[in-house]
Amino acid sequence: MADAKMYETVTVGDSKLVGEVIRLTGDVAFIQVYESTSGLKPGEPVIGTGNPLSVLLGPGIIGQLYDGIQRPLRELSKVSGSFIGRGIVTTPVDMTKKYHFIPSVSTGDEVAAGDIVGSVQETDLIDHPIMLPPDHKGGKISKIVPEGDYDLEEEIATVEGADPVKMYHRWPVRKPRPYKNRHDPTVPLLTGQRVIDTFFPIAKGGTGSIPGAFGTGKTVTLHQIAKWADSQVVVYIGCGERGNEMTEVLVEFPHLKDPRSGKPLMDRTVLVANTSNMPVAAREASIYTGVTIAEYYRDMGKDVVLVADSTSRWAEALREMSGRLEEMPAEEGYPSYLASRLAEFYERAGRVRASGSPDRDGSVTLVGAVSPSGGDFTEPVTTHTMRFIKTFWALDAKLAYSRHYPSINWMSSYSGYLADIAEWWGKNIGEDWLDLRSDAYRVLQREDTLKEIVRLLGPEALPDEEKMILDVARMIKIGLLQQNSFDDVDTYCSPEKQYRLLKLLVGFYNRGQQALKEGASLADIRGLSIVSALLKARMDIKDDEMPKLEKLESDMHEEFKAVTGIKVSG
Amino acid sequence: MGGIQYSKIAEIKGPLVIVDEVENAAFDELVEVETTDGEKRLGKVLEVGNGKAIVQVFEGTTGLSISGTNAKFVGKVMEMPVSKEVLGRVFDGLGRPKDGLPDPIADKFIDINGEPMNPEQREYPKDFIQTGVSVIDGMMTLVRGQKLPIFSGSGMSHNLLAAQIARQASVVGTGDDFAVVFAAIGVQYSEAEYFRRSLEESGALKRSVLFLNTADDPAIERIITPRVALTVAEYLAFELGMHVLVILTDMTNYAEALREISAAREEVPGRKGYPGYLYTDLSTVYERAGKLNGRKGSVTQVPILSMPSDDITHPIPDLTGYITEGQVVLGRDLFRKGVYPPINILMSLSRLMKDGIGEGSTREDHSEVSNQVYDAYSRAQEVRALAGIVGKAGLTEIDLKYMDVGDTFENEFIEETLEILWNIVSKLPKSEITKIKDKYIDQYYKGK
Repeated sequence: MADAKMYETVTVGDSKLVGEVIRLTGDVAFIQVYESTSGLKPGEPVIGTGNPLSVLLGPGIIGQLYDGIQRPLRELSKVSGSFIGRGIVTTPVDMTKKYHFIPSVSTGDEVAAGDIVGSVQETDLIDHPIMLPPDHKGGKISKIVPEGDYDLEEEIATVEGADPVKMYHRWPVRKPRPYKNRHDPTVPLLTGQRVIDTFFPIAKGGTGSIPGAFGTGKTVTLHQIAKWADSQVVVYIGCGERGNEMTEVLVEFPHLKDPRSGKPLMDRTVLVANTSNMPVAAREASIYTGVTIAEYYRDMGKDVVLVADSTSRWAEALREMSGRLEEMPAEEGYPSYLASRLAEFYERAGRVRASGSPDRDGSVTLVGAVSPSGGDFTEPVTTHTMRFIKTFWALDAKLAYSRHYPSINWMSSYSGYLADIAEWWGKNIGEDWLDLRSDAYRVLQREDTLKEIVRLLGPEALPDEEKMILDVARMIKIGLLQQNSFDDVDTYCSPEKQYRLLKLLVGFYNRGQQALKEGASLADIRGLSIVSALLKARMDIKDDEMPKLEKLESDMHEEFKAVTGIKVSG
Repeated sequence: MGGIQYSKIAEIKGPLVIVDEVENAAFDELVEVETTDGEKRLGKVLEVGNGKAIVQVFEGTTGLSISGTNAKFVGKVMEMPVSKEVLGRVFDGLGRPKDGLPDPIADKFIDINGEPMNPEQREYPKDFIQTGVSVIDGMMTLVRGQKLPIFSGSGMSHNLLAAQIARQASVVGTGDDFAVVFAAIGVQYSEAEYFRRSLEESGALKRSVLFLNTADDPAIERIITPRVALTVAEYLAFELGMHVLVILTDMTNYAEALREISAAREEVPGRKGYPGYLYTDLSTVYERAGKLNGRKGSVTQVPILSMPSDDITHPIPDLTGYITEGQVVLGRDLFRKGVYPPINILMSLSRLMKDGIGEGSTREDHSEVSNQVYDAYSRAQEVRALAGIVGKAGLTEIDLKYMDVGDTFENEFIEETLEILWNIVSKLPKSEITKIKDKYIDQYYKGK
C-alpha cells in the first residue's frame, strides 16, 4: 500500500468496513477500522478512497443522531434493525429532500471562500445560509438559480473556473475550519444553572470541563447545559457512554421547549453517539466529527455549544489504539501525544469573525466531561485537560451522596471568565452583580474554614456571628447552589431570578449580622419565617413572577425590623 | 472459512496457543483444540496474520503439548443454540448442557458477541419493577431494561439480596412472561447451588436458565459465560417477548480472567494490571441491557461484583459504575450491625429512578420525600461524626433529631416504603423540610 496516504479513508474486506490509515511503514499501512472486525480474514481486499475522513456539511444535519463517523443511526436501523450492522453505506443527510433556497447574490458578483450565496430554512429554529466551502477558489458568478425548491445535489451557483456550488460540501474532520479572526470571550453563555451562571460562568466561545466520579451527576449537568444554554445550535457527543442516555435525549428533547423561542429543543440539536459498546476507533473520531459540525454552524454566525460526554473515553480510545500500535506509553498507559490532542481539541473553541461576506460572528463553546478513574483528579486526562480549559466545574462525590445537586464543589471549581463577563452582567442584569457574587462566595469560604473548627469543637464553640455564617452558607447552598433539574420550575433559572436570589441571600446575611449587633438573638433570626421562604423561592417562584421576589425582599426587611424592634423596646 | 486441520502448534503460553502455517483463519473464529488422547477444548482466534494465529483456549492449556495437538478452525464465530427449550435448563460456562439432558433443539444459532443496540432504536426504560426490597423500591428504584449492579465485598449478603430480587421481582407485573437468566462466573459451588435452590423453591426454576462456571472451572471460560447468558437473555426478551432479569455474579472474576489473557499477550497494562480496554470490554457486557422500540420484552441486568478490599475506587467497580445506570452499594458497617439488606444508601443510586416513579407508577410525592430522606440521612452521618467528638451533650436539639432520623432509618425503614419515609421526615420540624412542595407536606406530614 505504498501510495496510501496518512488519514485516508479505506474500505476493508468483503463486507466493506470503514477504516482509516493511521501509520505507514514501507509498503505496509496500519488501518484502524471503525466497525467490528470479527470474522475478517487475511487476504481480503482493502480499497482506498483517496479522501481523508470527512463529514458532509449541509442542511439536514440538525435533529439527526449520528454515529462517530456521521452515519445516521435512524437510517442504519432501516437496514439492520434494532442492532447496528456492519459495512452499511448511507449518506449523512437526505440528499433528495428539497429545501426552499433564496439567493442573496446575483450573476456577475465576485464571491470568495466563505461567502454566503443564499439561504434555506433548515428547521423552524435554524435558518441555514449556504456558504462557499472554505477551500473554494472563488471568482465571478456566472449563474445562480432563482428562488425555489432544490435538493442537495443540484448545482445552485456556478462560479467561473471553479467547482460548482451545491448546498453541501465535505470537510476533513481533523482540520479546523478557517476563520478571519478571534474575539475576546466577553459574553456569558447562560445555562440557567445558578451555580454555573452565578458562580463559575463560562463565556461564549470558551472552554469548560466537568470532571467527576460516577454518580456525581455529570450527565445530568451536561444535559441541563444542552437543554437550556442560550445558543442557537447544540452538538451533543455521547462518546463511549451509555446507550440509554442518548435515547433519553432523543425521547426528551423533542418534547422540551426552548425557553426563548418556544420551539422543540430537538430543532437545534445534533447528536453524535458512539456508545461504549460501539467500536473504539469510531469513538476516537466522534469528537472530531462533532466539533467540525459545530464549526460549520459557527461559520454561519451562530453560537454553538458542543458538549462531549466523556473526553476520558475518547482518551481511552487513543490509549487502546496506541497500545495496538505498540507505541511507547507515557503516564498510565496513555500515549505521549494525549496532551497535544486535548490541546488541539479545546483550541477549536472560540468566538470568531467568520471568513467571507457578509460579516458575521459565531462561536463554539466546548464543554467536556472527564471521568477520572476512581474519582482521582490527579490522573492524566484531568490534569492535562485543566491546562487547556478556563472553567473547571469539579463534581464532588460527597455532595452527590448527600443529594446536593448539581454537585459542583464551590471550593475547588473555578472560572477564568469572571472578569471578562462581569461587565455584561453589570450592564444587563444588575450593577452590583460582581460584588454580590463576591460577598456570597466569601460566606462560603468562611464557612469552609469554620467547618474545621466545628468538626473539632462542635458548633457551640462559635460566637453568634460565626454561627450565622454557617446558617447563611447553608441557605446559599440550599436556596441557590442546589438546583433540581427534574422540577418544572427549578430546572431553568433566568439571569434576573438568579440575580434576585443572590441579592436576597446576601441581603439576609448583611441584615442578619446588623441585627445581631443591634441586639437581636440568633434564635430570633433563625425563627424568622422568611428563612424557609428564601430556601423555597427557587422552586416556588417562576421566572415571570419577579414581583414576588421583590415582595420577599420587603418582607425580609419588615421581619428584621420586628426582631430588632422587640429587643430595643424590651 | 472451512474446517481445515492444522497440526503445528508453535507455542503454548498461559491460556494462549500459537498456531503456525495458518492460511484461512478469521478474527474471532472458533477453534477446536484436540489433544493426543482425543479430548476436545474450545478456543477462539484473538489475532491472525503472517501465517500465525493466536488462539485463546477457554478450558485452559493444562496438559496440552506442542506435539500431537491439533487445532481445528471451525469456520464460524462462537454461537449459542437457542430456543424456548433452554428455559429450565442448566448449562456450563460455555453454554453446554450440565444437567445430564441432551442439547436443547435449537431454533437458531446466535453469535455470542451480540451486536451493539442502535441507540435510536432503544426504548427509554421507565417501567417500575417492584423488588419487594423496600430500600431499593423506595430509594433506588429499579426499572425494566436497567443495569443496576450490586457492589459488595467478600462475605457480605449480596447473594441473599440478589436471590430475593430474582424471586420477588418475578411475581409482580402485567402478566407478561418473566424469566431469570443466572450466570455464575467463578463463584463457589455453594453459592451457585444457593441460587439454584432459591429459584427452585419459589417455583421460578422452570422459567430460568442457569450458566454455571464455578470456582474450580477453567478461568478463561469466564470471558464467555456472561456472553452466552446475555445471548440467551436477548433471545428470550426480543424474540420471545419475555421480561428477563439477568444476574451475573461475580464480575470481579470476569475482569480477572481478562487480565490473565492480557498479561499472557504481553499487552501494555492499565491500572492495577488490568488491560487498558477493560472499560470497553465491560461495556460490551453491561450495554446488553435495555428495551427496544416495537418489541415487547426487556433485559434487566443485576450484575454482582465484590469490591477488592471494599474499595469502590478499584478499577472494576469504578469502570462498572461509569457504565451502569446506578449502583447498589453494600456497606461493611451496616453488615456488621446486622442490618439487612446492608445497603449504604448515600453511595447508592438508581439513575433511571426518576422516570420509573411518581404519579401513575408509585406516588406523586415519591421523588421528593426520598430526596429529603437522603439529605437527612447524610446530615445524620455528619452529626454522628460530630457526636463522636463532642459527645451527645454538645449537640443541638435539631442535631439530636437528625441522629434519631439516622437510627430510625437503619432500624425500621427496611420494612415499609413511602409511609416510613414520611415517618422519618416528620420527625423534623416543617421548616427543615426544604425539598418537598408545601402541598405534599400538608397532605402527608405526620408531625404536629
